[in-house]
Amino acid sequence: MDSRSAMKAVTKKSSLINFDNVGLRINDRWLVRGVDMTISSGEIVTLIGPNGSGKTTTAKLTLGIHKPSEGNISRSTDTKIGYLPQKINMDPSIPMTVIRFMCLVNNLSQEQIEYALEMTKVNHLKNKQISNLSGGELQRVMLARVYASKPNLIVLDEPIQGVDINGEIAIYEIIKNMSKELNAGILLISHDLHMVMASSDRVLCLNGYVCCSGTPKVVVSSTEYIELFGTRASKELAFYTHSHNSVSDESYHADSQHNKAGESP
Amino acid sequence: MPFLDDFFIRALVGGLGVAIISGPLGCFIVWRRLAYFGDTIAHASLLGVALSILFDTNTTLLVFITAVFISIFLLVLRLRGDLAGDSILGMLSHSTLAIGLVIISFMTWIRVDIGAFLFGDILSMSKIDLIIIYVSGAVILVVTIVIWKPFFAITVDEEIAKSEGINTRLIEFVYMVLIAATIAVAIKLVGILLMASLLIIPALSARNLVTSPEKMAFIASIIGCISVCLGLYSSLNFDSPSGPSIVVVAFFIFLLSRLLVPVYHLVRDKLSKES
Repeated sequence: MDSRSAMKAVTKKSSLINFDNVGLRINDRWLVRGVDMTISSGEIVTLIGPNGSGKTTTAKLTLGIHKPSEGNISRSTDTKIGYLPQKINMDPSIPMTVIRFMCLVNNLSQEQIEYALEMTKVNHLKNKQISNLSGGELQRVMLARVYASKPNLIVLDEPIQGVDINGEIAIYEIIKNMSKELNAGILLISHDLHMVMASSDRVLCLNGYVCCSGTPKVVVSSTEYIELFGTRASKELAFYTHSHNSVSDESYHADSQHNKAGESP
Repeated sequence: MPFLDDFFIRALVGGLGVAIISGPLGCFIVWRRLAYFGDTIAHASLLGVALSILFDTNTTLLVFITAVFISIFLLVLRLRGDLAGDSILGMLSHSTLAIGLVIISFMTWIRVDIGAFLFGDILSMSKIDLIIIYVSGAVILVVTIVIWKPFFAITVDEEIAKSEGINTRLIEFVYMVLIAATIAVAIKLVGILLMASLLIIPALSARNLVTSPEKMAFIASIIGCISVCLGLYSSLNFDSPSGPSIVVVAFFIFLLSRLLVPVYHLVRDKLSKES
């Protein structure tokens, strides 16, 4: 695979985290098992799968929130993690502006904060209280926070939750920019098959174990994927990728080229 | 310091010291929904009081040690995850209080004024008590400031904090020790039964007045100080019990913050519309 990724040679590519046959068991139940996965800088790896298939568990193993019960996870020593959780469990009694939230873990300058908020198009909300934001606004603010702290390994759990359809496209653009600008490895979790497929370099399809993986095209045509999501999902996806290419969206186009080049034999 | 010879001044100085440290720690109790935890640790401190009488040692020290042990015991019980958090608290809160009362009742050779421990005895505050409050208070305040940022991050979202490199276990343990220490030094002020209210009510009152967590902590300390001053004043002039008076004042400030702030916002909006 590495020797074939000539298209990515422009940016330095190194493995950030490596899963070797990883499994997690809680109370005698395997939440996920047998996961082999590598995330390298500058690439977007997507986890798909039905509810309870172990997507969030795999994300939390990546983040170090859970320790694996079997197998091994190795991280490169200079990994700096940024995390966008599925939802934030904040009590409404906490008074906090967007600016203060941006500095939750890292100390940031005013310019860094505004640049990141500008990027996710929510700079006008910077003095608003977090508890007053809508779901979509909060999602963009959280994304900006991750971006501003300049991590090299980013885990995004359902980043388009509560975001309208135009917002979805914008957020995927932001995610792609993040991977390019920060040269970060991104682990993306989504239910949404279409857009995710269009922006991912590699896809892992989970169902308690890795049932198939590879470039989006390989995964969509695999029998395991069709069994899990049905032929409709497979066809709809083809429609979506096609429609994006037909509006000659540069980045989507470039990516589909890359996918062809990076395809495993 | 000659002005400290007056018992009322000693009470006031001690009370202000406790109110200042209670502000920021009380905010975390409110943000993390730990009100019942604070109450439990406060009740458990009667066990510490009983033990200190039994072994004839310093009350503050033994209350502190007992409170830390109860907090650890609480965490251990919770770890298995098969008992609900608030049931564990309910059980510990009252059994430790009961054990303390039973131990005290067995010590027939000594007459103990339980009321002083239950509702506070601020007017009997000695110079030694003041030194304990201000020395440990300074330590508590400094540690609070040091862990403020990471602890706030944990309070907002534990998983973000943990995955982005904050040692959540260590900081939560430090916080528990801080709460135990605060309760130990504050027992004399409002007593075991009313202790949690001194942590919670000023923080709740501050919530409506501020836009940032740091301001909330600061304002909570100030509201605590006002409550202590007015409570003691009422105690002196109307002969009301000092500990409960402080809590009553804090509660009135809370009611005012709920009633006045919406009115203020209404008037402000109306004025800005007219102009």
